[in-house]
Amino acid sequence: MTFDFDFALQVLPDLVRGFAITIQATVGGSVLALALGLAFALANRSENRLLRVCSGSASEFLRRTPLLVQLFFIFYVLPDVGIVIPPIWAGILALGLHSSAYMSEVYRAGIEAVPKGQWEAALALNYHPVQTWRRVILPQAIPPMVPALGNYVVLMFKETALLAVITVPEAMNTARDIGNSTYQYTEPVTVVGILYLLISIPVVLALRFIERRVHQEAA
Amino acid sequence: MSQLYSFLPMLLQGLVTTIQITVVAAVIATVVATVCGVIRYSGWWPLRAIVGIYIEIFRGTSCYVQLFWAFFVLPLLGVTLSPFAAAVVVIGLNVGSYGSEVVRGALKAVPRGQWEACVALNYSTWHKYRYVIVPQAMRLAIAPMANLMVDLLKITPLVSLVTISDLTYEAMVVRQQTGNSFATFLTILVVYFVLSSAIIAVFRRLEIHFSRGAETFATNKEAAAT
Repeated sequence: MTFDFDFALQVLPDLVRGFAITIQATVGGSVLALALGLAFALANRSENRLLRVCSGSASEFLRRTPLLVQLFFIFYVLPDVGIVIPPIWAGILALGLHSSAYMSEVYRAGIEAVPKGQWEAALALNYHPVQTWRRVILPQAIPPMVPALGNYVVLMFKETALLAVITVPEAMNTARDIGNSTYQYTEPVTVVGILYLLISIPVVLALRFIERRVHQEAA
Repeated sequence: MSQLYSFLPMLLQGLVTTIQITVVAAVIATVVATVCGVIRYSGWWPLRAIVGIYIEIFRGTSCYVQLFWAFFVLPLLGVTLSPFAAAVVVIGLNVGSYGSEVVRGALKAVPRGQWEACVALNYSTWHKYRYVIVPQAMRLAIAPMANLMVDLLKITPLVSLVTISDLTYEAMVVRQQTGNSFATFLTILVVYFVLSSAIIAVFRRLEIHFSRGAETFATNKEAAAT
């Protein structure tokens, strides 16, 4: 068996188009996860015990159950209760929810790393809680989190391949379709794998670079 | 809901398959992680480079793509594996690639003086690892390994996409036959949650077991975190 380069080149444009959707889903999922993750982290620190318990167990449940099953749950159950959304949005919702539980841990660590004196200073200056968070805590907590948050975005990027199973026409789905109609799976699936590497490796290298910079500044 | 009870044997059968895949893949992942982690930490450089390429390939692509590749491309290359074997090998190699970094990090966190002490005492390689390095590195590796094993359990539903009748696959069948998506998926979500929690509980016990008599545990853990 040989690798048919001509065929691989021929299917490349379709797969790249599929990747555009992969990237859209990653961006959508990341935005949702970053926002929800922060919400989880803040709720976990809330003074209201009920809110703390609810958000804590929700994020724990999201972390300990498989993304694929969550995806099926959202995709098949939402229409049953009358909420009909396009598959891509169901995918973004599942990706965002799943990652937000992990990101909330990153936020937690980042917030805890802000020295206690900063909280006291904000209190001494009579800052409102919103001002304290917005002007003192978060601006110091977020930059060191960037590499860790970025790693979760890369992880999500790879997980978007799962969206193929809920009919989202992303890269993996496109490759499966090509395979199903031509009986040639080798080329499309291999090209998808290479495209994944071409995107994820530079991003990971960039994150390592940022990480080193952050550590240097801290030192 | 009562309708669902008659399908319980099917789900149980799927659960058994899921547990089998998880256990076998976990063993493969642990072996791969240990071997590759040691090579990455202290290996002959060509070997280190090869292991590095393996790690980048498995960490840089989607596990679904890897599984699909093993199913549809390997047979064309003349390697025919049973679905079960292909699934556990792919999942084992995937998680092993992440695990090797955990092992490397844990070895790196063992203070330099400990390695030097082994040289000073003229320990053989086996004695060095068996009595000095591994007991210390083990404590640091257990907590991240617990997370990896939960991740491993959580990628096993992917095998349902390549014809293996695991818990998720059976749930899809039950869903089609009963039309009750909510109860079916909620049931297996809870089952997966319980399995993950069990893995975490086992590793907590292991962590306590391996930390016994370690006074410098806290300081070592800090060193591993940085």
